[in-house]
Amino acid sequence: MANLVEIRGLRVEARTDSGRRVEIIRGVDLDVAPGEILALIGESGSGKTTIALTLMGYARPGCRIVGGSVHVDGHDMAALPEAARAALRGTTVAYIPQSAAAAFNPARTVMDQVTEVARIHDLMPPEEARARAVALFRALALPEPETIGARYPHQVSGGQLQRLSAAMALIGRPKLVIFDEPTTALDVTTQIEVLRAFKSVMKDSGAAGVYVSHDLAVVAQVADRITVLKGGAVQEVGATAQILSAPAHPYTRALLDAFEPAGGPRAAPAPSGRPLLAVTDLVAGYGPIGRDGRPAVTALKAVSLTVERGDNLGIIGESGCGKSTLARVIAGIIAPVSGSIAFDGAPLAPGLRARSRDALRRLQIVFQLADTALNPAQSVGDILGRPLTFYHGRRGREREAGVDALLDMVRLPRALRHRLPEELSGGQKQRVNLARALAAEPELVICDEITSALDTVVAAAIIALLGDLQRELGLSYIFISHDLSMVRSICDRIAVMYAGEKIEELAPAAFGQAGTHAYSRLLHASMPKLDPGWLDGLAQQAEPPAWPAPAPAVP
Amino acid sequence: MDAVPARPRLRLGYAFDPIGVLGLAVVLAWGLVAVCAPLITPYPVGEIVDLDYFGPITGQFWLGTDYLGRDMLSRILMGARYTVGISLAAVSLACLTGVALGMAAAVVGGWFDAVLSRFLDALNSIPGKLFGLVVVAGVGSSIPVLIVTLAVIYTPGAYRFARALAVNVNTMDFVTVARVRGEGTAYIVRHEILPNIVGPVLADLGLRFVFVVLLLSGLSFLGIGVQPPNADWGALVRENIGGLPFGAPAVIVPSLAIASLTIGVNLLIDNLPRRIRDRSA
Repeated sequence: MANLVEIRGLRVEARTDSGRRVEIIRGVDLDVAPGEILALIGESGSGKTTIALTLMGYARPGCRIVGGSVHVDGHDMAALPEAARAALRGTTVAYIPQSAAAAFNPARTVMDQVTEVARIHDLMPPEEARARAVALFRALALPEPETIGARYPHQVSGGQLQRLSAAMALIGRPKLVIFDEPTTALDVTTQIEVLRAFKSVMKDSGAAGVYVSHDLAVVAQVADRITVLKGGAVQEVGATAQILSAPAHPYTRALLDAFEPAGGPRAAPAPSGRPLLAVTDLVAGYGPIGRDGRPAVTALKAVSLTVERGDNLGIIGESGCGKSTLARVIAGIIAPVSGSIAFDGAPLAPGLRARSRDALRRLQIVFQLADTALNPAQSVGDILGRPLTFYHGRRGREREAGVDALLDMVRLPRALRHRLPEELSGGQKQRVNLARALAAEPELVICDEITSALDTVVAAAIIALLGDLQRELGLSYIFISHDLSMVRSICDRIAVMYAGEKIEELAPAAFGQAGTHAYSRLLHASMPKLDPGWLDGLAQQAEPPAWPAPAPAVP
Repeated sequence: MDAVPARPRLRLGYAFDPIGVLGLAVVLAWGLVAVCAPLITPYPVGEIVDLDYFGPITGQFWLGTDYLGRDMLSRILMGARYTVGISLAAVSLACLTGVALGMAAAVVGGWFDAVLSRFLDALNSIPGKLFGLVVVAGVGSSIPVLIVTLAVIYTPGAYRFARALAVNVNTMDFVTVARVRGEGTAYIVRHEILPNIVGPVLADLGLRFVFVVLLLSGLSFLGIGVQPPNADWGALVRENIGGLPFGAPAVIVPSLAIASLTIGVNLLIDNLPRRIRDRSA
């Protein structure tokens, strides 16, 4: 056959805990030519990972391939016995997981694990396997390729680990590599390095690839063709350029629209004499405070910022830059070592216990993961009703009416009030999470990465909702994120943080312009664009600015 | 892939494994016996009704007779009262105090947690049977003393277990949200922590119940538990241990009663009903 992969009429069924069967993949046909990279794109629950896993003849526990065929290099993975599938995994089909950190065994060296495939399948002598691994490390642009294999997984960074997992996948010279959202958990600046490394090794090895992602811009850089999935069925297939320029299906258009989320026009902030929030020279950290008056680990080094009433401040930076610590210090969860916070002109006590109930009410924080921020044992009605009772003393019918009003406000059906959080989708959970903060009738809401765990389309809807709520309620937001495009769409000012310091504060339009800090320009340049030539264009540019300074090698 | 057996389905939206149902039936049966014992015993408990001792199973004495010629069936049925009743009271007391203190320690933290944990660790280091011996030697044996002693012995374990669970829940964002809202410790313990650990705590309660039954039987076997002429199952084994060489039912039957109750409880807690998350079925 001409194609390396031919999937015909694939159907996968899942069995729920009540014994009911649900068809999660409904008759999917797919082809991948040798050397081609096909992207599977869609929101969570669309079946993209399930389809990718069937290429290895694998279905997750509780799921079963019930129909159709999955031909990979002439073998029908759906029909082969388990032993024959195992022989093909790693040699014909290889897999790169979303979280390399969870896929590596922390107790063994990187080299042991990368060469494991060669050992299991007895592909080559150990010496040759190690030599090939080093060659792959070099091809993947890993630092110190000769010795990095001797390290343990915790001694390399997240982006390096993700590239090491690519080395692990490629060591058996597979004909097909499955990428399961390999850059979703990475910072934008790291994502570029990883994508660039993936792209070059895939070109060298000549292997075909299936790239699973929900990020259209990432996919645009690596894929030759894109398959758009929704609800376990193929919505649209086409060459990358064609999907990006002339999407035929409404869902594809929604994906494209979500790429540039619009906050919508806002009323000009009312002029006011004093800022709503003023933070001055905040120092905070973790661990015992040493003799010099600084904590063992300093997460914030003298950060100052102000938020005007009705204004939105974005805080952007890579993970570990202290932006979440800043949110927690302002909210009172972590007491600062020094510095002051003033809310509406009045100083705020450093710790929660010392703040008045009204001060707590006026400043609310919304956490990133709605899964952990909502009590799984309480119904939506109880979760939203508690702040109404606690802050406003509303009980009985008054409280019920308040819950209904809140659900209306975040555009959720009122019937959801009886559900438990686990019975809601990711986007619905985040709306409940937001509604709980609104129940307090706050003046300032700190949003800590609230869209980063969501799909692009869902995240865009949440951003639009935030804009609407601001117009209706006159709120101010502090919007913390590592996603520049999200922050730009809703914020009036953006503070850029790096290693615990605020390096500058810019207007959204000023990003990427000359005269700004090199790190801000790097962040701007790292923002994936929908243009398929973006990554290659970057590669041809002069080396990215020498910022941040390369992390010191692990001793 | 299709190895999951179809479970019987209740209309309430819970799945209950047949083995769990069996365990529940055994436990309920013994509970029923404990409640109705005086109504169903064929002979008075303390009365010598047979001229022979260590009598065999006959139509007149269904489970034989003991070392004094008393009816074994009546003594087992009444013994269920002491074994199930004392154990249940003791384990409830132990879990109530242990879980309440454990959750409070996890939420409050700091000195309160450190002092309480070390104190209960110290208590935990005293062997249970030894502690029981000392207490009974000091204040004498009565049913309230037994209940309190058993509860004290099992409180540190319940505390440790609940604290470990509560510490994990305490780090979740929803607890932080409640704290940022300004909620007090009592609300956080009652509404945020407890509902999320109640499942494992119930399973732990069942497990601890089994240990209490065994410890009570052990204490009675040593002669410091329930005092004659009353007897719980442990005491019945001890009284009739002399019948072992004769293969008398009087020593085997109370052992079987202890085994059936403890295994029944174990089967039940290992297979508690699980809530079905798929509502659309």
